[in-house]
Amino acid sequence: MSDTRTITTTVHTASRPRSEIERRRSRLRVGVVIGLVLGAVFAAAPVLWMLASSFKSNTEIFEFPPRLITDSFSFDAYIAIFSDPEKVRFFINSYVVSFSVTVLTLLVAIHAAYAFSRFDFPGKRPINMVIVSVQAVPPITLLIPYFGLMVALGLYNTYPGLILTYMVFTLPYAIIMMTGYLNTIPKELDEAVRMDGAGSLTALWRVLVPVSVPGIVSVGVYTFMIAWNEYLFALTLTRTQDMRTVPIGIQLLMGQHSYEWNEIMAMSILGSIPVLVLFLFFQRYFISGLTSGSVKS
Amino acid sequence: MQEVIVAPAPPAATPQQPRKRRSFRRSAEPFGFLAPTLALMFVLMIIPVVLVVGYSFMDNVILNKNPQLVGIDNFVTVLTDSVFLTATGNTLFFTIVSVVAHLVIGLGFAMLLNSPLIGNVARAIFRALYILPWLFTAAVIAVLWRMLLAPNGVVNFLLNTDVEWLASPALALGTVTFINIWAGYPFFMVSLLAGLQGVPAQLHEAATVDGANGWQRFWNVTIPQLRPIIISLTLLDLIWTSQQFALIWMTTGGGPVNVTEMLSTYTYKLAFSRYEFALASTSAVLVLVMSMVLAFFYVRHQRARD
Repeated sequence: MSDTRTITTTVHTASRPRSEIERRRSRLRVGVVIGLVLGAVFAAAPVLWMLASSFKSNTEIFEFPPRLITDSFSFDAYIAIFSDPEKVRFFINSYVVSFSVTVLTLLVAIHAAYAFSRFDFPGKRPINMVIVSVQAVPPITLLIPYFGLMVALGLYNTYPGLILTYMVFTLPYAIIMMTGYLNTIPKELDEAVRMDGAGSLTALWRVLVPVSVPGIVSVGVYTFMIAWNEYLFALTLTRTQDMRTVPIGIQLLMGQHSYEWNEIMAMSILGSIPVLVLFLFFQRYFISGLTSGSVKS
Repeated sequence: MQEVIVAPAPPAATPQQPRKRRSFRRSAEPFGFLAPTLALMFVLMIIPVVLVVGYSFMDNVILNKNPQLVGIDNFVTVLTDSVFLTATGNTLFFTIVSVVAHLVIGLGFAMLLNSPLIGNVARAIFRALYILPWLFTAAVIAVLWRMLLAPNGVVNFLLNTDVEWLASPALALGTVTFINIWAGYPFFMVSLLAGLQGVPAQLHEAATVDGANGWQRFWNVTIPQLRPIIISLTLLDLIWTSQQFALIWMTTGGGPVNVTEMLSTYTYKLAFSRYEFALASTSAVLVLVMSMVLAFFYVRHQRARD
């Protein structure tokens, strides 16, 4: 009897801290869940409101009390945008400019990265230093000389003007990232091809580029996003309505005498879709592109 | 390759010619690959920077056919302009508050997402939700918050207030800073989450065995491990945030009465509203110097990490 009692007390004292830990764990879990939900409201509620507003009629945007989904739920705002050629043109411009910037940036950056990764040449370090440090040059500093320069070169209010301008901002990052990626690929791989008598270009395009696809996708996604989102130069280096890109188009909608809030929100959603889609499909590359500058594995 | 060039070839004479040409081709080759980059950077980066520095020492360029050198007059004018000083103060407030908040919120969310107490599906969903603000461009963020913060908008309804968030001189600077915080924390969050996942579990276990509680583990294990990432992110964000233009331009335009004027909007207005291109260049050069100082520390920090 005394024996069993000792046993029970032992078991009892041993189980008490465990339940204590479990209670603390579950309390902690409740805290984490509350934190997560509050964070989600902070991050996503404004976006949800934007989406909901794009389906409202303009008079319901500021109705009192506000409702997420209103009686006149419709796609009218989207239809209004698609049936206005002037607004469709904003999207065409943005797609043309962003795709061109992405393709050209990748082409130029792959070759530059190849030089940095596989060759030694005089001035390599200073050139590399320049490419690293120009990333910090403020866009506003370049804006004033660009205005005159673009007019002088006949590129003011043209696609090439915007495309070349954006490449100045996308190239340094793209070169640095591509160089980093090529450095992870063993030199023997392309050296072997070059030894066999093939030229350096063949080695690059037949051997290195095919195995660098993940790096190229990361750089491409990031480049597209920079070009798609750019505002300051699009505002200053274009003049006519038919050359404006989506971010400027959204601003132009705000400038009109009466605010069509539902159309502004629909345009914002449509203008965000390319980036959202890229994020959905290339999440891994997207995030590796985002973090590569700051995180070293 | 190196050996082939160095190794002396006994019969000499004839094979020397092609070999020399080959080694020249070899050393010229990388410049061929770099040519488009160098050309673009020279025309659209080096020349503009030289031009803008030159403009800052002249009387009104672009409008004036024969601009004269005026020494440091422009710098004196800009540095003693009360609006420039206001803009500098606003930029400092906007930048420092934004960066600190980005770090705190980003780290908080990263730690929530890294918690072992939630499942992988929940983690993926919350991570996607938290990244959302980062996927929208400044123009979209500006119009969205202008709608939410309108006097009869949903924020005032929820708070039961009737405030002109973006038009009140007392609140506008705080409001644009808040919007920028909302828009910018995901960059920190994603980077810090990657960093947290790289902290070895043994470090936490060892600290627990030594009797450290959660708070002590945070300060003595997590933070020291993340330190290099935090410094990189902070410097990058200082550079970017201090250059922010689009968000300010599309929400307040620097108003009301300069309370949200930033160095970027001040410079832009000098050039494109007042056509004072020389003064704008001066202001742009001052912004450039500030960014270069920050960039210097960033590059030095990155070098030290390598």
